[in-house]
Amino acid sequence: MAWFRKEKKKLVKQKRELPADVWKKCDGCGEIIYREKLNENAGVCGKCGYHFRIGPADYARLLLDDALEKEYDSELRSVDPLEFVGPTPYAERYERAIKKGGTKEAVLTGAGHVEGMPVQFGVMDFGFIGGSMGSVVGEKIARVAERALDEKNPLIIVSASGGARMMEGVLSLMQMAKTSSALGRMHRSRLPYISILTHPTTGGVTASFAMLGDVIIAEPGALIGFAGPRVIEQTIGQELPDGFQRAEFLLEHGMVDIVVARPELKPTVSRLLQHMVG
Amino acid sequence: MASHQDFERSIGDVVARIGQLKELASERGLDVEAELKKLEARLEELRTETLESLTPMERVKIARHQQRPHSLDMMERVFTDFVELHGDRAFRDDPAVVCGWARLDGRSLMVIAQQKGRNTKENLKRNFAMMHPEGYRKALRMMRMAEKYGRPVITIIDTPAAYPGIGAEERGQAEAIARNLLEMSLIEVPILAAVIGEGGSGGALGLSVADRIVMLEYAIYSVISPEGCASILWKENTEEARSKAASALKLTAPDLLFLGVIDEVIGEPPGGAHEDWDATATALKESLTRNLADLDKRSVADLLDGRYAKYRKMGAWDGD
Repeated sequence: MAWFRKEKKKLVKQKRELPADVWKKCDGCGEIIYREKLNENAGVCGKCGYHFRIGPADYARLLLDDALEKEYDSELRSVDPLEFVGPTPYAERYERAIKKGGTKEAVLTGAGHVEGMPVQFGVMDFGFIGGSMGSVVGEKIARVAERALDEKNPLIIVSASGGARMMEGVLSLMQMAKTSSALGRMHRSRLPYISILTHPTTGGVTASFAMLGDVIIAEPGALIGFAGPRVIEQTIGQELPDGFQRAEFLLEHGMVDIVVARPELKPTVSRLLQHMVG
Repeated sequence: MASHQDFERSIGDVVARIGQLKELASERGLDVEAELKKLEARLEELRTETLESLTPMERVKIARHQQRPHSLDMMERVFTDFVELHGDRAFRDDPAVVCGWARLDGRSLMVIAQQKGRNTKENLKRNFAMMHPEGYRKALRMMRMAEKYGRPVITIIDTPAAYPGIGAEERGQAEAIARNLLEMSLIEVPILAAVIGEGGSGGALGLSVADRIVMLEYAIYSVISPEGCASILWKENTEEARSKAASALKLTAPDLLFLGVIDEVIGEPPGGAHEDWDATATALKESLTRNLADLDKRSVADLLDGRYAKYRKMGAWDGD
């Protein structure tokens, strides 16, 4: 669809969240990349197109005109509702995740603009306990969907998650119902919801808000599925075919609308929104 | 019953002794009435005691008990006039879920039930009640049909999980479940869910976004199986790790009632549902009838608002 593409806009140069070494070896092709260049290209290898993981703040800068202009509900914290006793107590693991810096939960939500259009926005952080959805993630997603409803704005969510946060037991499972119900209300009010799936998006997040976009966009090579590949291999007792559960596989099977390389994400989202509400 | 779990062994011993006594009595014409009465009283006592002192992992085993009544066992006792309907009109029929019109006390409604098999042949057909995407889509088709005719929906939950396989992924297992969650939040007729055995994670949730969720006393409902949780967190596949996981997950009916996830626990007969299917069905029927009568009083708007609010408040967090 090259003839259809808008002129590329240069990404705003800002400090990104990749570690500060000068060179980086590409996990895709082994090429040694100048880090500055990688950052300029939104964490995508210029040679092979491999998408490195970038953080939630990077996505906000990449997709929104002035990053996140307002952040919502940043003070919400899990209360360890089950007093979960595991090899490492949940409360301890949670504190460690918060202290590690970056986001304070596995999702960042707020408001911003996409080429001048006001939007509500959510982006998950795989670095925070595997991007798992517990009560706080579910609550923040439901609230940002309700904001979209109140403000009559489109909603964009960038997902990356290992699934439900099992240390919150069945309460984490119920967040799937909570977030999907909130999107149901948006759906009834005919408000657009664009879901962007990044590597990896699996389990309870995929089986709820991530797969409910009016339009679902996947980043190239992203692993997207309900069950993790290891669980499937154990269940069926055979190796999985190459490319199984990758973005391109989902596209082929009709499960996502488009696979879009990261530098093209914003122009694509913007054009979609223009069609849907412009 | 024929098979007994470890914690049921003393029950098994008493049952065996009663059997021997009866045999002895008929062979030799002895009067064992008094002794028999004592043993039967002891049996009842043991069954109640056993159930009361169960660990969460033992409850998991009851929920999966070989002789526990499955959906169709309950349905033939609770409903009349059942007409099974098949297929998602897109790919195939999924026998892991049984759907159709039925009557509860004469009243027409749609039943959607996950069905386990009781032997290898049945399980091959039912896939151990692990649904594929087409099963969730069949269920949604039936819910829409119920909505069209203004009939309530009853779902019966008993599954270890949604099936994790190649075909399931190719055909969008995640999308099928997600779609049901969204659509069920908007269906304009009462939805009542009954968890009768295993409520296995997304596989169970995909049929149980409901106005009321009732649960048999020894059924379980969990985000992950104790086995899965033990292997991920404890990185062990031992009975000890599984027991720890089962306790940590808070997956029993009383736990779920406390957490606000379900609305009612239905008491099981002494010894558990597997000891008396008829009594279990009677208790289930009473609960379904009463809850449905209650939901009938609500307008569509109240129903949908109530359903939204029910899930909206689930979870626990700090801060505003």
